[in-house]
Amino acid sequence: MAQAATDQIWDWLDQVPDPEIPVISLVDLGIIRGVEWQGDAVQITVTPTYSGCPATSVINLDIVSALNGHGIENVVLKQQISPPWTTDWLSDKGREKLEEYGIAPPRPAGGPARCPRCKGTDLERLSQFGSTPCKAAWRCRDCLEPFDYFKCI
Amino acid sequence: MTGDEALFQFLLRMGDNTLILGHSVSEWCGKAPVLEEDIALANTALDLIGQTQFWLGLAGEVEGQGRSADDLAFLRDAWDFRNLLLVELPNGDFGQTLMRQFLFDAFQSVLLGRLKTSSDTRVAEIAAKASKEVAYHVERSADTVVGLGDGTEESHARMQAALDYLWPYVGEMFRGDDVDAAMVAAGIAPDPASLREEYDALVGNVLTEATLDIPKGTFSHKGGRTGYMHTEHLGHLLTSMQWLQRAYPGASW
Repeated sequence: MAQAATDQIWDWLDQVPDPEIPVISLVDLGIIRGVEWQGDAVQITVTPTYSGCPATSVINLDIVSALNGHGIENVVLKQQISPPWTTDWLSDKGREKLEEYGIAPPRPAGGPARCPRCKGTDLERLSQFGSTPCKAAWRCRDCLEPFDYFKCI
Repeated sequence: MTGDEALFQFLLRMGDNTLILGHSVSEWCGKAPVLEEDIALANTALDLIGQTQFWLGLAGEVEGQGRSADDLAFLRDAWDFRNLLLVELPNGDFGQTLMRQFLFDAFQSVLLGRLKTSSDTRVAEIAAKASKEVAYHVERSADTVVGLGDGTEESHARMQAALDYLWPYVGEMFRGDDVDAAMVAAGIAPDPASLREEYDALVGNVLTEATLDIPKGTFSHKGGRTGYMHTEHLGHLLTSMQWLQRAYPGASW
């Protein structure tokens, strides 16, 4: 069988959901840093979001099983920590999907622009840390609902 | 001591600090005074354990005996640990945990800032990754120290007591030895003493805002980072942390 083109592999990886935030893909999240054929093996370079993110091993497993499902048997995962992951690498598509899902996307200003539910702008931070390492807990004073904010890093 | 032996010791110091503190902090999971603080502590612990995997993973690589980060974490006894005494001290109450965290976060933020320009790219890369996380840790622990220090009479008294207890363990961070001299000579890490000024400025500002007084004495406990002598607390912590690997050697899942 001919080797799949790397563009095709990127597309396939763009269909693998993040295990914690399933509305965005691993590609949207910006953690796939390279796709490269090496002989009959494809090497996928992955960078962790946070050092201790417990989703890392699930993500690795999901990458391998997704590509196996597309007929690629030999998948090599390479962990790369430099340059360190930054929320600047979130795709625009990913940012929109985060907001639709109820998670305010990261902003350089360090806080959310508006409530992802009611779009209100009277907001307060409840905690710098949220339900996963990559999020902070905020609340909207307009609709009074708490929501997650994807932290800038 | 060869260059690699000194580097191995340096990496154990980095990895053991984050491992021991990360484990202690994780003990708060499910028990913190409010939900937000519980989550914050658990996330901090996760970051620290993640950083441990990098530091001890590299330590095992440098040592060249085939030991993994897990082997180093779970199969060494107290005398082989190289963490600061500060991080092995008990959690105490919530205030003591946060004061310990702040005193360590402040040190770590200053140190990692310097390590980002290490001549060893592997060290520089881990420092660059970890320093982004530590920036959040120190912001939060400083805020909490100020909130509780400049809080009620009760919270102020507890924070002052925590500072009085923990401060004599701060000096150890800045006491260099021949391992540090080797790291300085190789351009891998800074002389610990050179970090003191920046540390004192950062910590001094926060503690002043927290209306807390730094104890006057200059006595400093030592012996953790050199492995000369740990406190009684480390053994108890290891008993719990290493129990599974000791009871069921090689267990994995």
